Amino acid sequence: MRGRVVIAGIGHTAFGRLPGRSPTSLNVEAVRAALEDAGIGKDAVDGLFVKFPTSTFEFMYGQTVAEALGIQPRIGGVWDQGGAANIAMIGFAAMAIEHGQCEVAVVTFADNPKSGTRQAYEKAWGHDEVYGWFGVAPGYAMIARRHMGQYGTTSDQLGAIAVACRGHGAANPQAQLRQRLTLDQYRAARMIASPLRRDDCCLVSDGGAAVVLMSAARARALGVARPVPILGFGQGQTSWEVAQRPDLTTTAAAISAQTAFAMAGIAPSQVSVAQIYDCFTITVLMTLEDYGFCRKGEGGRFVEGGRIAFGGELPVNTSGGLLSETGMPGLQLVVEGVRQMRGTANLQVPNARFCAVSNQGGVMHTHATLILGQE
Amino acid sequence: MNADQAPFPLPLPDAVSAPYWQALSQGRLTFQRCARCGGAWLPPRPECPHCLSADWAWEDAGGRAKLISWVVYHVAYHPAFADRLPYNVAVVELAEGPRLISSIVGIDDAETLRIDQALTLAIGQEHGVAVARFRPD
Repeated sequence: MRGRVVIAGIGHTAFGRLPGRSPTSLNVEAVRAALEDAGIGKDAVDGLFVKFPTSTFEFMYGQTVAEALGIQPRIGGVWDQGGAANIAMIGFAAMAIEHGQCEVAVVTFADNPKSGTRQAYEKAWGHDEVYGWFGVAPGYAMIARRHMGQYGTTSDQLGAIAVACRGHGAANPQAQLRQRLTLDQYRAARMIASPLRRDDCCLVSDGGAAVVLMSAARARALGVARPVPILGFGQGQTSWEVAQRPDLTTTAAAISAQTAFAMAGIAPSQVSVAQIYDCFTITVLMTLEDYGFCRKGEGGRFVEGGRIAFGGELPVNTSGGLLSETGMPGLQLVVEGVRQMRGTANLQVPNARFCAVSNQGGVMHTHATLILGQE
Repeated sequence: MNADQAPFPLPLPDAVSAPYWQALSQGRLTFQRCARCGGAWLPPRPECPHCLSADWAWEDAGGRAKLISWVVYHVAYHPAFADRLPYNVAVVELAEGPRLISSIVGIDDAETLRIDQALTLAIGQEHGVAVARFRPD
């Protein structure tokens, strides 16, 4: 089904601190923008896939969003894979369209952890509270430390990822954090959970984003202005908590990318722009390895020397990513991937034919990959 | 809420994990071993995660282990740990195979630890509860 389903519309809210806005209201705004971008009305939507707000679980949340949108979808619901859910739902929506379960699907996510609660991000892991094993950043720090020990990855190499993403965010008028970062500033920032420093960690943000999917044939019939074909998608998961994971430095990104690249019929070497989930810098480094942009253990050297900055060999997170544009988990990366394939990005990579987008969730528990192309 | 007011997050043993905590209080670190496939694991769970058998027994760990990875907290995510910063949390692999979250004691600076470093069990007390900690050899 390579290329038979397209992303026909993209939309998002402002990013940052949005007090007084509920996740449901932010979802509606994002969907409204995505439908306007696609040039279709809401009544065409018969599939609605929602990632529930990470910070506050709400039972049957998909129905809450459908009611707020005033639509009666045939298929949809809420998918829980943490940050991997958005691309995972795009894959499920594409399969639903391909198999006649719906014709026009919306995938949407919104949350308000910056002005609301963020308790879900600060909980204890497993049953190890007695050791002080709390928080998301320390989980990633545990993986980063092992990677450093196994492969000699350095703090400065993680810093190079933060510097690149922050540079892209500084150029993006809609980014939450528009402040360039130098490697010296990175080094001087306080430790959060060693070896991760402040600027290794993504933003906390209120906001929402949505995309509209339909078949390529339907997009042509409707005269959709700028459809972007979905060439491939894939997923991967591990069930093991960090403490139990037999190999801490290889992730479910590997199988997810294999599936997606095989479906798209292309190799990583043909990708010239990527949106790589950057909840923490180490996630980008390991995802680049697991995707095959470089070999395992060589991610540190790969991200050095401006290779992943705009103008480099493989620009990554060209709108700033979670480290700079918005910390909301993942859909903004898809939106930016669509802009790159349309040729309308703020930092447009010239002649980019393919864009790889990654989403991941938990502490590298879940992963989903999307390969976008051009019409 | 400051550290004085926050209740310390002590373990809440259940039917499956109570023997684990009981053994620690007697100076023994234990893990579960499957009677069917021989698999060994922690943390306590009612079925073998390898073959799903519910036929297993507790076994004493010898106390030899190695350091898989560790972090040093410079921010407290729970107020009860605010006055301990910086403190470390580690992933430790027992010689018998099971891995567990723990912490490393008997060191001045956790940044000087090395992955795969040899460790020895050092059971300590936390608010009157015996917990498994480790020290470098």
